[in-house]
Amino acid sequence: MNAREKFYWLMGGIAALLVVASLIGWILQVRAASRGGSATIDNLNARTRAWWVMVAVLAACFLLGPTATMLLFAIASVFALREFVTLTPTRPGDHLSLVACFYVMLPVQYWLIYDHWYGLFAIFLPVYGFLSLPVLMAMSGDTEGFLERVTKIQWGVLITVYCISYVPALLLLDLHGDAGRNLLLIIYLLLVVQISDVLQYVFGKLFGKHAIAPRVSPSKTVEGFIGGGLGAIAIGTALWRITPFTPWQACAMSTVIVVTGFFGGLSLSAAKRSLGAKDWGSMIEGHGGMLDRFDSVSFAAPVFFHLCRYYFAG
Amino acid sequence: MWLSSLLAGMVRVLVGAQPRWIGCRPAPALRIYYANHTSHFDALALWSALPSKLRANTRPVAAKDYWSTGIRAYIATNGFNALFIDRHADRSVGDPLAPLGEALQRGESLIIFPEGTRHAQALPSPFKSGLFHLATRFPDAELVPVYLDNLYRSMPKGTFLPVPLTCSVRFGKPLERRADEAKDAFLERARAAIVELA
Repeated sequence: MNAREKFYWLMGGIAALLVVASLIGWILQVRAASRGGSATIDNLNARTRAWWVMVAVLAACFLLGPTATMLLFAIASVFALREFVTLTPTRPGDHLSLVACFYVMLPVQYWLIYDHWYGLFAIFLPVYGFLSLPVLMAMSGDTEGFLERVTKIQWGVLITVYCISYVPALLLLDLHGDAGRNLLLIIYLLLVVQISDVLQYVFGKLFGKHAIAPRVSPSKTVEGFIGGGLGAIAIGTALWRITPFTPWQACAMSTVIVVTGFFGGLSLSAAKRSLGAKDWGSMIEGHGGMLDRFDSVSFAAPVFFHLCRYYFAG
Repeated sequence: MWLSSLLAGMVRVLVGAQPRWIGCRPAPALRIYYANHTSHFDALALWSALPSKLRANTRPVAAKDYWSTGIRAYIATNGFNALFIDRHADRSVGDPLAPLGEALQRGESLIIFPEGTRHAQALPSPFKSGLFHLATRFPDAELVPVYLDNLYRSMPKGTFLPVPLTCSVRFGKPLERRADEAKDAFLERARAAIVELA
């Protein structure tokens, strides 16, 4: 089976999963309607509908090829950075550094992927980006809360640009096969992260009793994490054929994805709380903002990328 | 007009300009939208947040000294159909508010910024008296308070590139009319209606 056939099988499988989810949602809604409806079930259905759209957009970009895929994540980065900066208090003195983030750093970071310039891709933001931000801010002459302001913007760029750009960066890896294998690796990463999120949510709702960090996120429970995490690892292992991994390696990789993804969700929930918000935005119905969908991905992607690069690319 | 649609589209992509109709619904009634003024984008953002049908008959009032030269003049006239007001007019020559009154008489709604100038801050400064005079002369016009959120962060005074933050445009409940209200009390009440939306 070549990469393209695998891609169609995979998309067929995801569509089947969504059909099942939509059917369950519909049955639950009909049953809840007789009892006056339920906000949880409405939200569940809104989430499923949004998933259809997100999967369709992703599939279309994958079919259009690597450049479209890269552009898609660049746009996701713009929206995520925008949500982050909107929630972060900024001062007029931050203007120049914010302009640099949106109009210079973000485009350059994605251009480096397009250009297959791995060496600079990996260090551009941590070295040049992070050093230039305080310079631009100091030039404005505003020293009020300088360190906090610099840190907040650096953090925003780290998560929304640097970390998210590691997803399309998987296209840079030489996996000893046709380029379609790289796209499959992107789908693999996104699928395991998102299924882990969904299953943790479902297990948490059904069996959740012990919150892991109640002050950060009451919906993240030990039961949800273990049940959802194990489910996602099982699915990640079963999908080993679409990856360059053996079944055991796929099991280890999906474990890494699940755990780092969980850490991402947890850390960004804490960031969100400290900014006094429940969701990062409102652009994806039922899910919140772009960053609510990318929080786990942003932590999982760089680790997954570097493990793949170290062990499987050459 | 293609330029209008393009402008409104660009503003929505760039700064969000998401409309939130909190105190009223979009309606073709004669309205004076009055808002806090924090950036050059304000008039454009508020105007873009209106449904396209209303946009055609709503005219943002723009400062003549900033908007009436070169490319800005072209955008203001052909893009968002601005109505120019001379901020430094000599009052002995004529009423600087006259063009606004004529527009209202023709049945056109207006977008005005009663602070008169931009202030890079979250809450509006005290209002100039223009809003009071218009309100007295046109008792039937609905006075809709509008709060522009985040635009002062997107494009602070003295900068020319907007940062693409998500900005919202919040429309409040039309200001209730009170007979024989003194000017200062009216202006303060009008300002408080915007503060309430913040």
